[in-house]
Amino acid sequence: METIRADVVVLGAGGAGLRAAIALAEADPALRIALISKVYPMRSHTCAAEGGAAGVIKADDSLEHHFNDTVGGGDWLCDQDAVEYLVREAPKELIQLEHWGCPWSRESNGSVAVRPFGGMIKQRTWFAADKSGFHILHTLFQTSLQFASIRRFDEFYATELLADEGRCAGLTAIEMRSGQIHRFDARAVIIAGGGAGRMFPFTTNGAIKTGDGMALAYRAGVPLKDMEFVQYHPTGLPSTGTLLTEACRGEGGVLLNRNGRRFLQDYGMGPETPLGHPVLKTMELGPRDRVSQAFWHEQRKGNAVPTQWGDAMLLDMRHLGEKKINERLPLVRDMSISYMGVDPVTDPVPVRPVVHYMMGGIHTDIRAATSLPGLYAAGECACVSINGANRLGSNSLTELLVFGRRAALSAMEYVQSGARPGAEAALSAAAVAAQARIRDLMQRGGGTETVAGLRKEMMHTMEQHAGIYRTGDGLAEACGKLADLRRRYARIELHDKTNVYNTDLLQALELGSMLDCAEAVTQSALARKESRGAHQRLDFAERDDRNYLRHSLAFYHPTQAPRVDYSDVVITKSQPGVRDYSGGHK
Amino acid sequence: MGERPVELEILRYNPETDREPRFQRYSVGCREEWVVLDALNHIKETVDPTLSYRWSCHMAVCGSCGMMINGEPKLACKSFLRDYVGVIRVEPLAYFPIERDLVTVIDDFMDKLARVKPYLIPKREQPVSDGEYRQTPAELKKFKQYTLCINCMLCYAACPQYGLIPKYIGPAAIALAHRYNQDSRDGGRDQRQEEIAATEGVWDCSFVGACSEVCPEHVDPAGALQQVKIASTVDWYREHLMPWKKK
Ligand SMILES: Cc1cc2nc3c(=O)[nH]c(=O)nc-3n(C[C@H](O)[C@H](O)[C@H](O)COP(=O)(O)OP(=O)(O)OC[C@H]3O[C@@H](n4cnc5c(N)ncnc54)[C@H](O)[C@@H]3O)c2cc1C
Ligand code: FES
Repeated sequence: METIRADVVVLGAGGAGLRAAIALAEADPALRIALISKVYPMRSHTCAAEGGAAGVIKADDSLEHHFNDTVGGGDWLCDQDAVEYLVREAPKELIQLEHWGCPWSRESNGSVAVRPFGGMIKQRTWFAADKSGFHILHTLFQTSLQFASIRRFDEFYATELLADEGRCAGLTAIEMRSGQIHRFDARAVIIAGGGAGRMFPFTTNGAIKTGDGMALAYRAGVPLKDMEFVQYHPTGLPSTGTLLTEACRGEGGVLLNRNGRRFLQDYGMGPETPLGHPVLKTMELGPRDRVSQAFWHEQRKGNAVPTQWGDAMLLDMRHLGEKKINERLPLVRDMSISYMGVDPVTDPVPVRPVVHYMMGGIHTDIRAATSLPGLYAAGECACVSINGANRLGSNSLTELLVFGRRAALSAMEYVQSGARPGAEAALSAAAVAAQARIRDLMQRGGGTETVAGLRKEMMHTMEQHAGIYRTGDGLAEACGKLADLRRRYARIELHDKTNVYNTDLLQALELGSMLDCAEAVTQSALARKESRGAHQRLDFAERDDRNYLRHSLAFYHPTQAPRVDYSDVVITKSQPGVRDYSGGHK
Repeated sequence: MGERPVELEILRYNPETDREPRFQRYSVGCREEWVVLDALNHIKETVDPTLSYRWSCHMAVCGSCGMMINGEPKLACKSFLRDYVGVIRVEPLAYFPIERDLVTVIDDFMDKLARVKPYLIPKREQPVSDGEYRQTPAELKKFKQYTLCINCMLCYAACPQYGLIPKYIGPAAIALAHRYNQDSRDGGRDQRQEEIAATEGVWDCSFVGACSEVCPEHVDPAGALQQVKIASTVDWYREHLMPWKKK
């Protein structure tokens, strides 16, 4: 088995992983950095982010405002020390990106422009038209090319973490081109593996978002935190799940039911605001959880718009005019026409809530460190936690940068503090065992289950029972079903038993990751008997701060359901209050 | 919902088991609104799990799914079944070695991209604490179009020169170099020029313009090439005939 020796392994080359790698290379050019990704860096799903990244920059705004919006938006489940760090570092990180060439949209005087976003009381979302994530990702990737110390391993699929004496000491990965397992030795590992939206059938997430990074840490004993909080974005195209960014509403787009009514006013987000003059933090600029939930109620009332892909609502942008749509939302226009056959300039676009983002993830402290020494995590796969029970749009891209860098600095300190490497014999044995597990999966015969079959059942279960509104009965059923799917997973047989670029194998491994994450979602959701942010229980409709102002922690078990435990939320200055999106601040 | 039978003829090649590439036919029922990528996914899920190809975003932004569809370089996630009649022939991107089935080896492009230094080399260093560099919308517009490249490599598969002269740096890499050269914040043109003005840099382009035609993001690499070539010519004159004008 080929062994690659590095000081720090970064798993994932999306926004978080690239930011971490650059921070490492800048901080200490002598560090050997291995950057591993199952896809070429520029294919990472950060490229799909459209709307922008939040950071206080304009004179009328303050860190205090950003903090309050984020904590309230998260229904007070955020760790407030982490949010303070995020909002403080955000402007620096966004300016740093600007210095690296990111083509942010500009004001006429040459300063960066910002746009309104849901749940934010000031305009603070930096954007590059409606391809913000794409530009962030390419800027980071291209910038990373100047550092010789970043050694890339593109199209390497990580399968297991290696640990010895209670310290993380590297990982194993399959080189897709050859099918060979490689062992990566390192003093520290940073996981930046992205989200897990593919557990659901209808999602804005690309094919690669299968929760591998979360599963790797989880199986190594690190708990997954707040996994029950899954964000639905209100406006996906019903045909494909393709996202139409929140910036559509930030720029003034409105949501209508089948009667042409701006129905959000009926769900505590009114009164109605004048058409074409969006008011911050109310109506269409309410937070995503509330807007998606309002749609669910409209659907029950029979007010949804029927389409051949199911019920929808209408996103009306016609009053913005062709010029503004072309300038600010070119991708939105292009995708609406391509994938729905609707031109937003002339017609309202049917949209419906779509699975978008995992608030939960690998439990880390504010330094991005996990409970396993030597293991760090950042980005969507991590839960630090700044998103609480509901992420505000445009905080995630910022989080990638701020905590990607933070993870790098923590890992570097750890390495420089003289972290010992693992014992060769133990690590080598672990790597050989990891290799054997892959061989076994590939060569196994007589299996009765297929990847596509199990995946379909998992997705169906998640959609049916772990969606916008949940019940105890439904979740219990989902937990049972997922336990069964995990058992049946052991009987999978691959059709493809060859080595080169074997996507049948890859998809089987990805399915394994998703099943583990899905079980953490449903078990944590079943245990949380309250409604908060994106976790809404029909049988426990109220928020219950006395019992559940706590983070859930799911601990992996190889054959049984995870154990769900809790930890305290860090509160520094904002006591839980009422989330008010009624425009009362005006 | 409308469904129709679709026939695809897909190039298959597994280096472990095949001596040479071959075509395999699949007939599947597809929904009318589907793209070619949906059809491939449908085949992989229901007929043949061994079929190999790259994809992720399904929204024409990650650049993974470039392939030849009926002989033309296309993104599979943006090629609608409704636009094709008869059998649809799907092959890996032209001019790149085949790794397996529709998956190509793209090392060459990745190397070339790195060689043109596609990152900002600041004209004037400014600490982050001093805030952003000022850049007017007009200055941004000068290079914005060239930032839109998704590295899908359709332009390489369309470029006859790249087919003939594999060392040619090619459209996307040059367009990205040009993107930084045109950026008001950048001062790295001379460094990039060394690479681009070399023999296999910009001079091999014969201005067929095919690269711009196939670009799914309307980057117009041909336009960039033309501008770079003119600039390189001016450089050459400066250097050789008017040395007193050299910076
Ligand atoms: C359509 C869409 C629009 C969005 N818009 C916005 C927005 O406007 N503003 C905002 O703030 N947020 C937005 N988000 C959210 C945000 O884009 C994501 O949360 C963020 O980009 C995730 O970045 P990441 O670096 O954590 O992961 P990714 O960019 O997903 O990268 C994950 C990396 O991990 C690697 N990886 C994963 N598993 C393995 C493995 N087993 N082996 C090797 N490598 C592996 C992948 O190859 C990849 O490089 C949006 C999300 C979507 C889906
Ligand atoms: S799948 Fe991303 S470009 Fe086609």
